[in-house]
Amino acid sequence: MKTNIYNVPGQDEHDVSKFGMWLFIFAELLLFGALFIVYTAYRSRNPAAFKLAGNELELTVGIISTIILLISSTTMAISVTAIQKNNKNLSLLTLGITILFAIAFLLYKYFEWGTRINEGFLPDTNTLHELGPGTILFFGLYFVMTGLHALHILIGLIFIIYIFFRIIKNRINSENYHLFENFGLFWHLVVLIWIFLFPLFYLIR
Amino acid sequence: MSESIVSQQHVSYLKEESRFKGRLKNLYSWICTTDHKRIGLLYLFVITIFFIVGAIQGLLMKLELMAPGANIMGSESFSVLSTLHGIIMVFAVAIPGLTAVFGNFFLPIMLGTNNVAFPKLNLVSWYVYIIGIIFILLSQFGYYSGFDSGWTFNIPYGILINANILPVVIGIFLIGLSSIALGINFIVTVHRYRAQGMSWFKMPLFPWSLYAAAWIQLLATPVLVIALFMIFAESTMAIGMLDPMLGGDPTLYQHLFWIYARPAIYIMILPAMGIISEIIPTFSQKTIFSYRTTVVALLAIAFLGFFVWGQHMVTSGIGDRALSLFSFFALIITVPMIVVVLNWLGTMHKGSLNITTPFYWAVSFIFIFLIAGLTGLMFGSLATNVYVHRTQFEIAHFHYIVFGSVSFAFMGAIHYWFPKIFGRMYNKKWANIGFLVFFVGFNLLFLPMFMLGYQGLPGHFYDYPPGFQPGNLASSTGAIILILGALIIIINLIRNARFGRKCDDMNPWGGKTLEWTISTPPPSVNFDKLPVITNDPYDYN
Repeated sequence: MKTNIYNVPGQDEHDVSKFGMWLFIFAELLLFGALFIVYTAYRSRNPAAFKLAGNELELTVGIISTIILLISSTTMAISVTAIQKNNKNLSLLTLGITILFAIAFLLYKYFEWGTRINEGFLPDTNTLHELGPGTILFFGLYFVMTGLHALHILIGLIFIIYIFFRIIKNRINSENYHLFENFGLFWHLVVLIWIFLFPLFYLIR
Repeated sequence: MSESIVSQQHVSYLKEESRFKGRLKNLYSWICTTDHKRIGLLYLFVITIFFIVGAIQGLLMKLELMAPGANIMGSESFSVLSTLHGIIMVFAVAIPGLTAVFGNFFLPIMLGTNNVAFPKLNLVSWYVYIIGIIFILLSQFGYYSGFDSGWTFNIPYGILINANILPVVIGIFLIGLSSIALGINFIVTVHRYRAQGMSWFKMPLFPWSLYAAAWIQLLATPVLVIALFMIFAESTMAIGMLDPMLGGDPTLYQHLFWIYARPAIYIMILPAMGIISEIIPTFSQKTIFSYRTTVVALLAIAFLGFFVWGQHMVTSGIGDRALSLFSFFALIITVPMIVVVLNWLGTMHKGSLNITTPFYWAVSFIFIFLIAGLTGLMFGSLATNVYVHRTQFEIAHFHYIVFGSVSFAFMGAIHYWFPKIFGRMYNKKWANIGFLVFFVGFNLLFLPMFMLGYQGLPGHFYDYPPGFQPGNLASSTGAIILILGALIIIINLIRNARFGRKCDDMNPWGGKTLEWTISTPPPSVNFDKLPVITNDPYDYN
């Protein structure tokens, strides 16, 4: 037997879960915010080394990654709106595109990291140690921050695939889309964080 | 059907029919529950166990310090023991203590609703917390030597020694996640599930204090997570951020750690203040003196708490200008604290006092809290802070604020709400004896440490020059008395939770908040019909 255990008059369960999601997003912002502070502190101490090391990263890679994520964010938004308007096919199509772009981003990251590792920028290797403290810090931060971000993309990807199948099974529909909408917020957050990571590592020269 | 639903709703939450089958059905009905009251008791169970574990560790250290030289352990075991004592007591007992136990149990009831906003998440938080504790305990096994860097990790020492730092880091990380989830749950519950008519300024003070603490849990814990993440990455991949040899700066770690750990003290203190603000009006039968300033003061403490972390770094070389600013905020934050204390005294003034066990705890809380606050001022002003930094004085102050305030509020809360939670009454005579022994033991344990520290005895060492023995002997005697008091209290409570005199009285103390309007013990569904609030809280007129 399912009873509404809250029965506060006028209380919308959807509104409640969305509020919870926003609070979680606050926590995530502070999580990355702390890392941005670490980055700023070390950059201000080693400006020359950070500038040199920044040149090792390819601007085009950063730009393409950004475009990929921005498109995935757009398709995610379209998909959520489509399911609210009961357009299942459009929703599945756009969500599918989001999945593809998320995978593309991760693959691109994989190859980018591979190149960096081949060049000898992996932390705790002799080639990196010879380059001095500033470069060590830059690439330490690079791997940690983009790694933590990629982890978020990966978790997000797993969720999107789960939601994709829920939509196919009609479990998520125009009546019941709240989980999907809240997850959409998470995805936009992850993209937003990349928008900050992109200039920190690729644009500041 | 409808009749059975009605009768179901009046069954006590302790006796609710299990939806599971088989021999272990009662166990399952507890560990798979989403009832906030049962989850509160699950936390109470675990926290009691780890409080006893931590207390025994503390007692062992105090026994070692009874006489100079290595008596029952050497330097290494002492450091490992003090580290484990700190980590268990801070992360597994004190931080979740009041919020997770009494917050879970009473927040929804006091707001006039039937559960927290996300009941499943609430249960998940408990499991994550348990797994976190298991990881912390795992650090004691394995190839490497015991982990002995202290509960603040003392980077870079913590990563340079060959010790099991990873399980500790993962364990605290998980407890942090659980804390964030609990914070989200409480904030949403307070915002969205207050009873009809309960506007913000009609909310009782314990929910207010939980709300303020929940914001700290939500906003400060991610910073701790990043500090732990850096330790993790440093000790597995040598990324250089914490290692001075690779260009890293351990001071940065200290900043991040204390940006969390300083407000975390208010995660513990705010609910303690909230509980005392519940007990004192009930036992004075009088409206709280100046409700609104109390609320504003609680929120101000939570807010200002974010700007005082530098107090812990006076000897880390962060610059005089920064330290002066931190000193300013550390002195300012005592103002809202004093406001709350004065409001408590004002509430008692000309009230009709019901002088019994919970009231004893509440009044002695004020005593303990004042000693903690006044010695805290010595850390607020820079010159004295440098003088007593890292001495026994600091340890004594820390224990007055963290152990003293939290345990006195906890004991007050459990003696206040015990009849409501278990539907039985404890033995009042033994409860009072336990209180007296605990109070004497506590002060005998920590007051001499102020003197010792002021005379220059540093903390965290197993040995000391013979001249310091009288103070240490008194302190160790206090530890034994304290443990005795704790045992009397715990045995009295556990015994009477099962076999005590039945207490069906809905409102044994004459309280005015909503938990006293439902049957004792509470039914599994708190309110058949949700209350509509018209009065101010603590309306005794």
